[in-house]
Amino acid sequence: MNALDLARWQFGIVTVYHFFFVPLTIGLSMLVAVLQTAWVRTGKVQYLRATRFWGKLFLINFAMGVVTGIVQEFQFGMNWSAYSRFVGDIFGAPLAIEGLLAFFLESTFLGLWIFGWDRLPKRVHLATIWLASIGTMLSAYFILAANSWMQHPVGYQVNTATNRAELKDIGAVLTNSTALITFPHTITAAFLTAGVFMLAIAAWHLARGRHAEVMRPSLRLALWVVLISGALVAVTGDLQARIMTEQQPMKMAAAEALYNSAGPASFSLFTIGSLDGSTEVASLRVPGLLSFMATGSTGGTVEGVNDLQARYEKTYGPGDYRPNIPVSYWMFRLMIGVGEITALLALFGLWFTRRGRTPKGRWFWRLGAWSLTLPLLANSFGWIFTELGRQPWSVFGVLKTADGVSPSVGAGTVATSLIVFTLLYGVLAVIEVALMLRYAKAGPAPEQEPAADSDAGDRTLAFAY
Amino acid sequence: MNLHDVWFLLIAVLWSGYFLLEGFDFGVGMLLPVLGRTEVTRRVMLNTIGPVWDGNEVWLLVAGGATFAAFPEWYASLFSGFYLPLLLILVALIVRGVAFEYRGKIDSDRWRRNWDRAIVAGSLVPALLWGVAFGNIVRGVKLNAQHLYVGSFFDLLNPYALLGGVTTLALFTTHGAVFLALKTTGEVRGRARALAGRVGAVTVLAAGGFLLWTQLAHGDAVTAVTALVAALALVAALLANRAAREGWAFLATAVTIVAATATLFLALYPDVLPSTVDKAFSLTVSNASSTPYTLKIMTWVAVAFTPIVLLYQGWTYWVFRKRLGTEHIPAASPTPVVPGR
Repeated sequence: MNALDLARWQFGIVTVYHFFFVPLTIGLSMLVAVLQTAWVRTGKVQYLRATRFWGKLFLINFAMGVVTGIVQEFQFGMNWSAYSRFVGDIFGAPLAIEGLLAFFLESTFLGLWIFGWDRLPKRVHLATIWLASIGTMLSAYFILAANSWMQHPVGYQVNTATNRAELKDIGAVLTNSTALITFPHTITAAFLTAGVFMLAIAAWHLARGRHAEVMRPSLRLALWVVLISGALVAVTGDLQARIMTEQQPMKMAAAEALYNSAGPASFSLFTIGSLDGSTEVASLRVPGLLSFMATGSTGGTVEGVNDLQARYEKTYGPGDYRPNIPVSYWMFRLMIGVGEITALLALFGLWFTRRGRTPKGRWFWRLGAWSLTLPLLANSFGWIFTELGRQPWSVFGVLKTADGVSPSVGAGTVATSLIVFTLLYGVLAVIEVALMLRYAKAGPAPEQEPAADSDAGDRTLAFAY
Repeated sequence: MNLHDVWFLLIAVLWSGYFLLEGFDFGVGMLLPVLGRTEVTRRVMLNTIGPVWDGNEVWLLVAGGATFAAFPEWYASLFSGFYLPLLLILVALIVRGVAFEYRGKIDSDRWRRNWDRAIVAGSLVPALLWGVAFGNIVRGVKLNAQHLYVGSFFDLLNPYALLGGVTTLALFTTHGAVFLALKTTGEVRGRARALAGRVGAVTVLAAGGFLLWTQLAHGDAVTAVTALVAALALVAALLANRAAREGWAFLATAVTIVAATATLFLALYPDVLPSTVDKAFSLTVSNASSTPYTLKIMTWVAVAFTPIVLLYQGWTYWVFRKRLGTEHIPAASPTPVVPGR
């Protein structure tokens, strides 16, 4: 493997890994804030216990998200220095703004929230978790605006004298149609993930008849969150697909492995074909569905891979403009399938637990507990599809991935860091999962009201490392 | 003053802030086994930085992001050129951050001992390597005409840069000890003060040598002033520490760090990464910077939001202003028990 392949593998591994933690951080921070608000408003101790319990799990996850996030910012310069030189004038700004507006907000106020239980008045303490939660959302917006610029570059001009893309309109970059639709899609997916996380753990406890006073309200909250975000993730995903067809038709063609343009185009639920995906053996198809996803009408024409390849050769010169089609094809349907099965499960869950009912069947609870893995998979599939489907471009139509890699960094160096990160992340994953399972299964602790007063300096800390 | 000069200044401010704040976090981390001889004293130490270390680390992320946005060429050459040291720093920051959060999660001596090792190594490695990195930035590295780093990893380990590394290591240790003396009571406080005096003496030698070398090789009249301020503040810190004026001692080590960082950035200016191959290949504030439009946008964002950030981050320090002693540390939380079926 050369340095380019290794750098791509590294980007894929550290980014997918980082994104296991990010959606839970975004979603859980707000769910914890909601539970704490419920406690502050009603004074019911089960909400305090829920806040503390989910808050603890949230923090175990948050730590991993933070430390793996540092790598994300550094690796553009380390592995992709030619990319950084070319796009820095545009791409650097949202990253810097993300740091100043979002990272400071989330880390500072989370520090206050963790250690401030007995140091801050109740309502001020509640405000800290909300501010941290807002920080996580702001962070998502700016990084998605940066990514959306790679999917659909706007507000720039390539300066041939300096050989770089230069920013002409920051407003266009921050209100990129791609960013405006990717943001709600990602955020609703984050809520879906956090909802399922809560649902799965609550189901595990309820199946054993434990902590019902905390777990039942948690389960019902989670089921609603999953159902609503599951519906919104589908709606936003649908809008996103249309924008994608318009902006990156090759990605949509690859998503369906549609080689020749068709109108109306059918959507295959699965296909058995040759390994490179170019010949089809058998498939199950829904007529007109791809046309609908891509154009909003069941009779619309969808351009195929071969026609697009010919068109791009004319526009951009000779070269292969096709992404890895089998991977794009499967990632796309697995993302949708797995994501939506999760939402359906929530619908079942709401029905079976309606009006205080508690189902007896073990299958029900087992399904609930195992559903934890589904959104994590769907999120990963979605990102792998989005990034892989854009290939060979790193900035669509402007800069190829192969031209972005650091020219001065050798394969041995990239291989070293790839191995180091993979091993380190592997070890940390084992520790994190073990710790998370232990704390999740132990359940909420009995809680007393934390006495809050501003002059609490001489008492034992309510929370300490 | 051109906008790219403003951004050079802002990036210098961000690094100064980072070293000032995370400097004492690193110091506390490194001193964990030295000053914390019992579990409860180690926890006193960790809790002095518990609420703030993560916010302090964001200064680094913003410094990195601002360099990317304002000086893409600098960011690209620096991060790809200093690849292996940065990899080590990343690994260190990762294990250290996780260690802070996970250390108290299982009530076992072995578990805590392992995380303590991660905290010590995770604090020591960046404290050393940031100095090595900045030594090399000021000294210049082998950049070719395309601004690509063409030296090797071992070229970065030259005497001047290594002295820079020893300086940051010693300075952050002293800064951390002084911080602990200011933020604790009882046993830790007394021992931290004694240790600050001893490590401080070593720091005077290392920092004095490094600043003098910087001044002679790269300095001018302005850096002579900032270097002198840094040196005098360090001596003042030791005197204040000896007189048990802990607040003054901390203020003085803070001034030392900021003045020393300022010296390095002033010695660097108007270059941002000099080339030792040919002066003409050097990256400067003008040939490494973004367009005036991008810099203008970034300036507005910085002007609007930096005061707010400083305000709420300052408030955090106010909320957690009280000293900690062993009496404030609750019993170790028991390892959560998963009940049997």
